[in-house]
Amino acid sequence: MAAINRDDVAHLAQLAHIEMSAEELDRMAGELAVIVDSVKSVSEAAGDDVPATSHPIPLTNVFREDVVGHTFTAEQSLSGAPDAYEGRFKVPAILDED
Amino acid sequence: MTENNELIRLSAAALAEKLAAREITAVEVTQAYLDRIAAVDGKVHAFLHVNADEALAVAAEVDAIRAAGGAAAEELHVLAGVPIAVKDLIVTIGQPTTAGSKILEGWHSPYDATVVERLRAAKMPILGKTNLDEFAMGSSTEHSAYGPTHNPWDLDRIPGGSGGGSAAAVAAFEAPLALGTDTGGSIRQPGAVTGTVGVKPTYGGVSRYGAIAMASSLDQIGPVSRTVLDSALLHQVIGGHDPRDSTSLPDPLEDLVAAARTGNVEGMKIGIIKELHGEGYQAGVENRFNESLELLKGAGAEIVEVSCPNFKYALGAYYLIMPSEASSNLAKFDGVRYGLRVLPEQGPLTIERVMGATRAAGFGDEVKRRIILGTYALSAGYYDAYYGSAQKVRTLIQRDFDAAFEKADVLISPTAPTTAFKLGEKLNDPLAMYLNDVATIPANMAGVPGLSLPGGLADEDGLPVGIQLLAPARQDARLYRVGAVLESLLEAQWGGPLLDKAPSLTATSAAAAASSHGGSH
Repeated sequence: MAAINRDDVAHLAQLAHIEMSAEELDRMAGELAVIVDSVKSVSEAAGDDVPATSHPIPLTNVFREDVVGHTFTAEQSLSGAPDAYEGRFKVPAILDED
Repeated sequence: MTENNELIRLSAAALAEKLAAREITAVEVTQAYLDRIAAVDGKVHAFLHVNADEALAVAAEVDAIRAAGGAAAEELHVLAGVPIAVKDLIVTIGQPTTAGSKILEGWHSPYDATVVERLRAAKMPILGKTNLDEFAMGSSTEHSAYGPTHNPWDLDRIPGGSGGGSAAAVAAFEAPLALGTDTGGSIRQPGAVTGTVGVKPTYGGVSRYGAIAMASSLDQIGPVSRTVLDSALLHQVIGGHDPRDSTSLPDPLEDLVAAARTGNVEGMKIGIIKELHGEGYQAGVENRFNESLELLKGAGAEIVEVSCPNFKYALGAYYLIMPSEASSNLAKFDGVRYGLRVLPEQGPLTIERVMGATRAAGFGDEVKRRIILGTYALSAGYYDAYYGSAQKVRTLIQRDFDAAFEKADVLISPTAPTTAFKLGEKLNDPLAMYLNDVATIPANMAGVPGLSLPGGLADEDGLPVGIQLLAPARQDARLYRVGAVLESLLEAQWGGPLLDKAPSLTATSAAAAASSHGGSH
């Protein structure tokens, strides 16, 4: 497995929507390299014949009756929003102007 | 003051008895705890918010019902009027929920977690919200955006994490009970280093509805207390099926309180996990662990050794699965629906840039580290090698447990490799911090239940050591059965509860009491 470098971290930070300063990228790249190195052995632990476990105690087809349950009012839903307008979340521009 | 000191040192079970017998009132008990919080929390910092008015109102309601008598008094829950603290990762109406993060500072949930609804149904006064590592990511509470919690045994040391606030609150007699959450040890490891009891139930045994998710396939809410019986009492309040959590087990809850009351290990096989003691474990931890084994043997248990060879991969697999799930779960903090919004200082105000600035300002270093690590582990080209492999390791760990439970009814290990370390000591070494959870992580990976109880004080530093018991999935009752026996044998040796040996925190604290914070952070 490839080591993680500063460019990787910059790209990952962009994917994760976290703005990072140059100093933060340097530090994070160093720390993550150590962590990634320490978890490398995991890829050698299990052979192809071992199935993956996504869930410790799997339950299947967990459904409920198709009836309207509890719903929040618009007021409740918007109570923690940083910005709202006429009963709706106010979202910054999705697209850049150019 | 003497009288209140006696009240706050009673177990939840003893409080419940005295309340039912009307020897004391719920208001007296709740006020005694609020007074204690005011006196010592300036030093301990277990609470992020104190909920005095509501707690006293609930207590007064319980007292009124008891005073009136009749059917309503008869129907009161056994813990009615017994106060409790709630980890600030669990949402509550009427109090802020911060998850220990700046991104949720001042946020109020419009709904209660299922476990909180159950506390309210039982009429347990909620004293407040306890401190934690941000989004439960840490083993020391030092990653809280609101400052660390201090270990009541030594205020310069960590109280464990992430649920250090809940454990310290109970250890410092600021609450008789608390709720925690455990993703890789966040209930059990703080229990170990503060000399208290903590239980991670079987995955799905307690509803996660309303617990702000870190890693959904690992997270579990559970009880924090000073005695094994008290944890059983609380587990019984919060446990059982919840249709609002699709991972909630439909099984009826066992009688855990009866298991704790009738503790018996005669003829039981208790398995020492070869890989979870010895090298890397502090000498004082090993000594107390070995003494516990002798006590259990003396009580009629058969001690056997089991091997779980794949546990050596557990920590690595955990640090792939947990960040992967956390990076997905924390994507919802986008600066739009709740919490903080930060606008970039220059340039166009697009949602992308607002999110980037919001998450940069709102998340702390450890949260950022885990989000980036999770994004990496899930990214194209690395998914099979990292996340896929880690999921296979999960299968291997489950198989190790299955094999071990064919040889033993219950497994035993130290809860943590060391006693409480100094605040700041491992803050700049993430990997050293992660190693604290080496003995607790396997249970989360497999979904099996675990309990930590105090095993004594280490010779070299006089600090609490935790003993961990593990049982097969859905067999939580075994933990209480064995835990209660070991607790009573140890307390007989010590001449009382281990917490009797903890510093009083008020001996020289007139100034601290005056400056303690009574409200929110």
